[in-house]
Amino acid sequence: MNLTDRNADNLNKEAPKVSHKPVVWSLFAAGGTVTALLTPVLVLLIGLAVPLGLLPQALFSYARIQAMLANPLIKLIVFFVLFLSLWHAAHRLRITLHDFGLRADGIVAICLYAIAALASILLAIVLI
Amino acid sequence: MKLANGNYIRPPARYSWWLRQGRYWRYMLRELSSLFIGIFSLMLVWGLYRLSQGEAAFSSWSANLWDQMLPLSLLVFVFAFYHSVSWFAVTPKAMPLRFAGKRLTSAFIVGAHLLLWLLVTALTWIAFIYGGEA
Repeated sequence: MNLTDRNADNLNKEAPKVSHKPVVWSLFAAGGTVTALLTPVLVLLIGLAVPLGLLPQALFSYARIQAMLANPLIKLIVFFVLFLSLWHAAHRLRITLHDFGLRADGIVAICLYAIAALASILLAIVLI
Repeated sequence: MKLANGNYIRPPARYSWWLRQGRYWRYMLRELSSLFIGIFSLMLVWGLYRLSQGEAAFSSWSANLWDQMLPLSLLVFVFAFYHSVSWFAVTPKAMPLRFAGKRLTSAFIVGAHLLLWLLVTALTWIAFIYGGEA
Protein backbone atom coordinates (compact mmCIF):
# COMPACT_ATOMS: atom_id res chain seq x y z
CA MET A 1 0.00 0.00 0.00
CA ASN A 2 1.56 3.31 -1.02
CA LEU A 3 1.31 6.61 0.81
CA THR A 4 -1.62 7.97 -1.23
CA ASP A 5 -3.66 4.84 -0.59
CA ARG A 6 -2.99 5.07 3.10
CA ASN A 7 -4.05 8.72 3.21
CA ALA A 8 -7.25 7.90 1.37
CA ASP A 9 -7.83 5.01 3.75
CA ASN A 10 -7.44 7.32 6.75
CA LEU A 11 -9.91 9.80 5.30
CA ASN A 12 -12.53 7.08 5.02
CA LYS A 13 -12.23 6.12 8.67
CA GLU A 14 -14.08 7.96 11.39
CA ALA A 15 -12.19 10.88 12.87
CA PRO A 16 -9.98 9.63 15.72
CA LYS A 17 -11.09 10.56 19.22
CA VAL A 18 -9.34 13.73 20.31
CA SER A 19 -7.74 13.38 23.73
CA HIS A 20 -7.53 16.32 26.13
CA LYS A 21 -4.39 14.84 27.66
CA PRO A 22 -1.87 16.86 25.60
CA VAL A 23 -3.49 20.12 26.78
CA VAL A 24 -3.45 19.09 30.45
CA TRP A 25 0.06 17.70 30.10
CA SER A 26 1.54 20.75 28.34
CA LEU A 27 0.05 23.09 30.97
CA PHE A 28 1.52 20.81 33.65
CA ALA A 29 4.97 20.76 32.05
CA ALA A 30 5.05 24.51 31.39
CA GLY A 31 3.85 25.15 34.94
CA GLY A 32 6.47 22.79 36.36
CA THR A 33 9.25 24.70 34.62
CA VAL A 34 7.86 28.13 35.54
CA THR A 35 7.47 27.17 39.22
CA ALA A 36 10.91 25.55 39.25
CA LEU A 37 12.45 28.79 38.00
CA LEU A 38 10.38 31.27 40.01
CA THR A 39 8.63 29.91 43.12
CA PRO A 40 11.76 29.77 45.36
CA VAL A 41 12.69 33.39 44.65
CA LEU A 42 9.06 34.54 44.95
CA VAL A 43 8.67 32.95 48.41
CA LEU A 44 12.02 34.34 49.46
CA LEU A 45 11.07 37.81 48.25
CA ILE A 46 7.42 38.04 49.29
CA GLY A 47 7.14 35.68 52.26
CA LEU A 48 10.58 35.61 53.86
CA ALA A 49 12.67 38.72 53.04
CA VAL A 50 10.87 41.07 55.44
CA PRO A 51 10.48 38.76 58.49
CA LEU A 52 14.08 37.55 58.08
CA GLY A 53 15.30 41.14 57.86
CA LEU A 54 16.77 40.82 54.33
CA LEU A 55 14.79 43.72 52.85
CA PRO A 56 13.11 46.83 54.31
CA GLN A 57 9.33 46.72 54.61
CA ALA A 58 9.09 50.00 52.65
CA LEU A 59 9.81 48.10 49.42
CA PHE A 60 6.46 46.35 49.84
CA SER A 61 4.35 49.47 50.37
CA TYR A 62 0.89 49.62 48.82
CA ALA A 63 1.86 52.54 46.55
CA ARG A 64 4.96 50.75 45.22
CA ILE A 65 3.25 47.40 44.50
CA GLN A 66 0.29 49.20 42.99
CA ALA A 67 2.61 51.20 40.68
CA MET A 68 4.46 48.04 39.62
CA LEU A 69 1.23 46.25 38.75
CA ALA A 70 0.00 49.24 36.74
CA ASN A 71 2.42 48.09 34.02
CA PRO A 72 0.49 45.88 31.53
CA LEU A 73 3.55 43.72 30.83
CA ILE A 74 3.99 42.97 34.53
CA LYS A 75 0.27 42.20 34.79
CA LEU A 76 0.62 39.70 31.95
CA ILE A 77 3.69 38.05 33.50
CA VAL A 78 2.04 37.83 36.94
CA PHE A 79 -1.08 36.33 35.39
CA PHE A 80 0.74 33.64 33.42
CA VAL A 81 3.13 32.72 36.23
CA LEU A 82 0.29 32.27 38.74
CA PHE A 83 -2.07 30.64 36.22
CA LEU A 84 0.54 28.05 35.23
CA SER A 85 1.57 27.43 38.86
CA LEU A 86 -2.06 26.82 39.82
CA TRP A 87 -2.65 24.35 36.98
CA HIS A 88 0.62 22.58 37.60
CA ALA A 89 -0.23 22.17 41.28
CA ALA A 90 -3.82 21.04 40.61
CA HIS A 91 -2.80 18.39 38.09
CA ARG A 92 0.12 17.05 40.11
CA LEU A 93 -1.90 16.95 43.32
CA ARG A 94 -4.59 14.96 41.50
CA ILE A 95 -2.02 12.32 40.53
CA THR A 96 -0.48 12.39 44.02
CA LEU A 97 -3.82 11.79 45.74
CA HIS A 98 -4.24 8.74 43.50
CA ASP A 99 -0.81 7.55 44.65
CA PHE A 100 -1.88 8.00 48.27
CA GLY A 101 -4.70 5.51 47.60
CA LEU A 102 -7.60 7.90 47.02
CA ARG A 103 -9.32 6.42 43.99
CA ALA A 104 -12.22 8.88 43.55
CA ASP A 105 -10.36 10.48 40.64
CA GLY A 106 -13.44 12.08 39.08
CA ILE A 107 -14.34 14.09 42.20
CA VAL A 108 -10.71 14.88 43.00
CA ALA A 109 -10.11 16.16 39.46
CA ILE A 110 -13.24 18.32 39.46
CA CYS A 111 -12.45 19.84 42.87
CA LEU A 112 -8.80 20.61 42.12
CA TYR A 113 -9.36 21.94 38.61
CA ALA A 114 -12.31 24.00 39.89
CA ILE A 115 -10.12 25.63 42.57
CA ALA A 116 -7.44 26.39 39.95
CA ALA A 117 -10.06 27.75 37.52
CA LEU A 118 -11.82 29.94 40.12
CA ALA A 119 -8.51 31.33 41.37
CA SER A 120 -7.45 32.05 37.76
CA ILE A 121 -10.72 33.88 37.09
CA LEU A 122 -10.40 35.91 40.31
CA LEU A 123 -6.81 36.71 39.35
CA ALA A 124 -7.84 37.90 35.89
CA ILE A 125 -10.66 40.07 37.28
CA VAL A 126 -8.40 41.60 39.93
CA LEU A 127 -5.61 42.37 37.45
CA ILE A 128 -7.80 43.95 34.75
CA MET B 1 -4.88 -12.14 44.23
CA LYS B 2 -5.14 -14.80 41.48
CA LEU B 3 -3.63 -13.99 38.10
CA ALA B 4 -5.00 -15.17 34.74
CA ASN B 5 -2.21 -17.76 34.46
CA GLY B 6 -3.16 -19.34 37.77
CA ASN B 7 -0.34 -17.83 39.83
CA TYR B 8 -0.98 -15.88 43.00
CA ILE B 9 0.52 -12.51 43.92
CA ARG B 10 0.13 -10.36 46.99
CA PRO B 11 -1.44 -7.02 45.90
CA PRO B 12 0.60 -3.93 46.82
CA ALA B 13 -0.54 -1.98 49.90
CA ARG B 14 -2.89 0.69 48.58
CA TYR B 15 -2.31 3.41 51.20
CA SER B 16 1.07 2.62 52.70
CA TRP B 17 3.24 1.38 49.81
CA TRP B 18 5.32 4.54 49.85
CA LEU B 19 6.41 3.99 53.47
CA ARG B 20 8.41 0.92 52.49
CA GLN B 21 11.47 2.45 50.85
CA GLY B 22 13.49 5.67 50.99
CA ARG B 23 13.10 6.24 47.27
CA TYR B 24 9.31 6.02 47.54
CA TRP B 25 9.42 8.57 50.40
CA ARG B 26 11.46 10.93 48.24
CA TYR B 27 9.02 10.45 45.37
CA MET B 28 6.08 11.39 47.61
CA LEU B 29 7.92 14.40 49.07
CA ARG B 30 8.70 15.54 45.53
CA GLU B 31 5.07 15.20 44.43
CA LEU B 32 3.86 16.91 47.63
CA SER B 33 5.78 20.02 46.58
CA SER B 34 2.74 20.71 44.37
CA LEU B 35 0.56 21.11 47.49
CA PHE B 36 2.79 23.86 48.84
CA ILE B 37 3.26 25.53 45.45
CA GLY B 38 -0.53 25.48 45.05
CA ILE B 39 -1.14 26.97 48.53
CA PHE B 40 1.44 29.70 47.91
CA SER B 41 -0.10 30.55 44.51
CA LEU B 42 -3.54 30.85 46.14
CA MET B 43 -2.03 33.10 48.84
CA LEU B 44 -0.61 35.39 46.15
CA VAL B 45 -3.92 35.51 44.25
CA TRP B 46 -5.58 36.45 47.54
CA GLY B 47 -2.94 39.12 48.14
CA LEU B 48 -3.64 40.65 44.72
CA TYR B 49 -7.34 40.61 45.52
CA ARG B 50 -6.65 42.42 48.81
CA LEU B 51 -4.45 44.88 46.91
CA SER B 52 -7.40 45.72 44.66
CA GLN B 53 -9.45 46.55 47.78
CA GLY B 54 -7.14 49.38 48.80
CA GLU B 55 -4.27 50.21 51.11
CA ALA B 56 -5.77 49.07 54.42
CA ALA B 57 -6.73 45.66 53.05
CA PHE B 58 -3.32 45.15 51.44
CA SER B 59 -1.43 46.19 54.58
CA SER B 60 -3.43 43.82 56.76
CA TRP B 61 -2.75 41.01 54.26
CA SER B 62 1.02 41.61 54.22
CA ALA B 63 1.19 42.05 58.00
CA ASN B 64 -0.62 38.74 58.45
CA LEU B 65 1.69 37.08 55.89
CA TRP B 66 4.82 38.18 57.75
CA ASP B 67 3.55 37.72 61.32
CA GLN B 68 1.52 34.52 61.08
CA MET B 69 2.65 32.73 57.92
CA LEU B 70 6.41 32.63 58.42
CA PRO B 71 6.51 28.87 59.21
CA LEU B 72 4.34 28.16 56.15
CA SER B 73 6.55 30.35 53.95
CA LEU B 74 9.64 28.47 55.17
CA LEU B 75 7.93 25.17 54.37
CA VAL B 76 6.91 26.44 50.92
CA PHE B 77 10.49 27.53 50.29
CA VAL B 78 11.94 24.12 51.23
CA PHE B 79 9.44 22.22 49.06
CA ALA B 80 9.73 24.69 46.15
CA PHE B 81 13.51 24.35 46.28
CA TYR B 82 13.21 20.55 46.26
CA HIS B 83 10.82 20.79 43.30
CA SER B 84 13.28 22.97 41.34
CA VAL B 85 16.24 20.66 41.96
CA SER B 86 14.29 17.48 41.15
CA TRP B 87 12.56 19.07 38.12
CA PHE B 88 15.85 20.17 36.55
CA ALA B 89 17.43 16.81 37.41
CA VAL B 90 14.99 14.96 35.11
CA THR B 91 15.13 17.43 32.19
CA PRO B 92 17.69 15.32 30.26
CA LYS B 93 15.20 12.42 30.39
CA ALA B 94 12.11 14.51 29.59
CA MET B 95 13.87 16.58 26.93
CA PRO B 96 16.94 14.88 25.40
CA LEU B 97 18.59 17.56 23.27
CA ARG B 98 20.82 17.20 20.22
CA PHE B 99 23.27 19.75 18.94
CA ALA B 100 25.06 19.36 15.58
CA GLY B 101 23.96 15.71 15.45
CA LYS B 102 25.33 14.81 18.89
CA ARG B 103 23.40 14.11 22.08
CA LEU B 104 24.11 16.74 24.70
CA THR B 105 25.33 15.18 27.97
CA SER B 106 22.95 15.05 30.94
CA ALA B 107 25.38 17.08 33.01
CA PHE B 108 25.34 19.85 30.41
CA ILE B 109 21.53 20.02 30.24
CA VAL B 110 21.11 19.99 34.03
CA GLY B 111 23.93 22.51 34.46
CA ALA B 112 22.41 24.87 31.90
CA HIS B 113 19.05 24.72 33.68
CA LEU B 114 20.61 25.35 37.10
CA LEU B 115 22.46 28.33 35.64
CA LEU B 116 19.22 29.64 34.12
CA TRP B 117 17.52 29.19 37.52
CA LEU B 118 20.26 31.20 39.23
CA LEU B 119 19.99 33.93 36.58
CA VAL B 120 16.17 34.16 36.82
CA THR B 121 16.41 34.28 40.63
CA ALA B 122 18.98 37.08 40.62
CA LEU B 123 17.16 39.08 37.93
CA THR B 124 13.79 38.79 39.72
CA TRP B 125 15.35 39.90 43.00
CA ILE B 126 17.16 42.88 41.43
CA ALA B 127 14.15 43.86 39.28
CA PHE B 128 11.94 43.92 42.37
CA ILE B 129 14.34 46.06 44.39
CA TYR B 130 15.35 48.52 41.67
CA GLY B 131 12.30 48.33 39.37
CA GLY B 132 9.54 50.88 39.48
CA GLU B 133 11.94 53.72 40.35
CA ALA B 134 12.23 55.11 36.84
